[in-house]
Amino acid sequence: MTAVTTPTKKPVTRARPGQSSPKLAYLPIIFLAFAIGIPLLIIVVYSFLEKPSQGTGVKWVFTTENYRALFIQEKLDGTTAFDTRYIKVLWTSFYYSLITTVVTLVFSVPVAMWIATREARKRTLLVALVTLPFWISILIRTYGMRQIIADEGPIGKFLGLFDISWSILYSPPATILGLIYVFLPFMILPIYASAERFDFRLAEAAYDLGAKRMTVVRRIILPSIRPGVISGVALVFIPALGSFLQSDMLGGGKTNMVANVIANNFGQARNWPFGSALAVLLIILTLLFVLIIQGIAQRRGDKVELV
Amino acid sequence: MASNKRRRASYVAALAAAGALLLSACGGESTAGGGAGEETAAAGAFPTSGSGEVHVYNWTDYIDTDELKRFTEETGIEVILDTYDSNETLLAKLQAGATGYDVIVPSDYMVAQMIELGLLQDIGVSTFPNGANIKDNLMDAYWDPGRNYSAPWMYGSTGIACNATAEPGCANITSWKEYFTAGLPKMDSLKDQVEVVSAALRATGVAADDLCTTDKAKYLAAQELLNGFKPAVIESDGGIERVVAGTSNVRHAWNGSTHRMKVEVPGVEYIYPSEGLNLWADNLAVPVGAPNLDNAKIFINWMMDPKAAGKQSNFSGYDNGIKGSDEFMDEALKTDPAVVVPADKVALLSSTPNCSEDARALYTEVFTSWQDSQ
Repeated sequence: MTAVTTPTKKPVTRARPGQSSPKLAYLPIIFLAFAIGIPLLIIVVYSFLEKPSQGTGVKWVFTTENYRALFIQEKLDGTTAFDTRYIKVLWTSFYYSLITTVVTLVFSVPVAMWIATREARKRTLLVALVTLPFWISILIRTYGMRQIIADEGPIGKFLGLFDISWSILYSPPATILGLIYVFLPFMILPIYASAERFDFRLAEAAYDLGAKRMTVVRRIILPSIRPGVISGVALVFIPALGSFLQSDMLGGGKTNMVANVIANNFGQARNWPFGSALAVLLIILTLLFVLIIQGIAQRRGDKVELV
Repeated sequence: MASNKRRRASYVAALAAAGALLLSACGGESTAGGGAGEETAAAGAFPTSGSGEVHVYNWTDYIDTDELKRFTEETGIEVILDTYDSNETLLAKLQAGATGYDVIVPSDYMVAQMIELGLLQDIGVSTFPNGANIKDNLMDAYWDPGRNYSAPWMYGSTGIACNATAEPGCANITSWKEYFTAGLPKMDSLKDQVEVVSAALRATGVAADDLCTTDKAKYLAAQELLNGFKPAVIESDGGIERVVAGTSNVRHAWNGSTHRMKVEVPGVEYIYPSEGLNLWADNLAVPVGAPNLDNAKIFINWMMDPKAAGKQSNFSGYDNGIKGSDEFMDEALKTDPAVVVPADKVALLSSTPNCSEDARALYTEVFTSWQDSQ
């Protein structure tokens, strides 16, 4: 209606479709720079400082002792020894994350393919169902998992009918189960996104041209969903490395995974500098894995950008 | 050391006196009633109602929330509750600059440490209308002589809970040494450096009055004992639930929580380890920077009323530091040997060590070293 009263045309000032002022991006960029950059800087700085005698906080004296303490232990009898505890903790985190990634991958590919081959309306519903867990707080879901897998929970009671003893809560399998449970949707969704774009007529054509079942899967389907798989692996493996809750709630409150050790140093143990050094090590290792995954993606020529 | 011993003696006396009070209450003698009268007499200067909120930061599962509703009805103050799992967690949070809490619940040695660090406010607890209700032996507590900073809350001991029905193997445990070396399935440890390390020190032959030693050799022996101790769970929270659910059968446990386990699982017993055990006393205190100071005082005074204290004991399973509260306490508490220390066990109790900074650092070292090697 206003166009009638203002007949002068100003076509140049209108942004082309899909384009907007870069100024709109400034605020989120500044926000992210502060929200990620400053804590990161604090962690790195703290990791080179001494612990005050009262614990908690830092004493502004430069030291590399915290990094040394990751690998070398000053024992109470005055001797020093190579310390494998934190290497073990890192290895455990890596190992749990790896199992989680492999299991979620094996589960997700068939699920994603199945959803992708349904008709459009059902697909929407099924994807909504996959995202259903996100509607509930992760804390509550983990509590729920704890009830389900408890010795006296439904599984335990059912197996008890057949005199099979069931006791996995507060053990590594419980932690891994919790990780798989929480991270499964993060694997299904990106694989589904790739699978949905796949033209299934290609698979039919391959069959028609005489390819065997496995050949079709290996040569036609898997290469097409590979970007989704790589995204899924990155979305599961990397956050799983730093996960805290599953090991804390299902693993018996022990410092099994690296995030639990870090949290403990900022809590009860009140050794911020050491916790920071461990956090820096975790960040470096995580970055390394990101680069490896991205390297694989790039070599394959897939469009997966992680950093 | 001498003061340490004296402290311990007066402390044990407090417990014995409490036991005597409980016994007299069983006989039907009433010592309460004066509290309410005094309250009205002194009410002029001290506010008994207010508005807004009081933010209470307490140990997990350690306060009767029905009583909090009664508090709100009577005073008009809303209680916002947050919880923690150890004195060290509380200290870490306050030292890290956490504000917004009006009332906190540190144990004896932690009160002393927090006063030393300037984290608590002198609120003149003994001058409160209910200040006279503090049991005599807890009035002159070493961590707050004359009671300026803190009001007594629950007190109890830390021993071993054993569900002998589910795990017959724990019925034979009589000492910390046997507990740490039992190697049973479904063992459960507190996540508390003072409790775990002091128990390990006791198990390796350190005397009760030497628990704050700075002799590294003694900590090394404790560490070696702990190296072989791999409980299924290391967690202070949720112990009662785990024992009731059958996921834990042997637990390093507080006496009151053991009492609550016993109520639900009849096979549970509280073991007084032969090397001795820690007697602790928790306190209500106000941290520096509390946003609702008046409400905090009203809350603390309200909790020092015999009825309120007795109700809290009924909920948590511990005896408390308020005179006359036994009248409001359940019979089940007064007859439980986990709560009322049997005469032959009284000598085993000694107060939780309040150690020097150097000794505390050794406790932290041994504890985190054990935790991180699980």
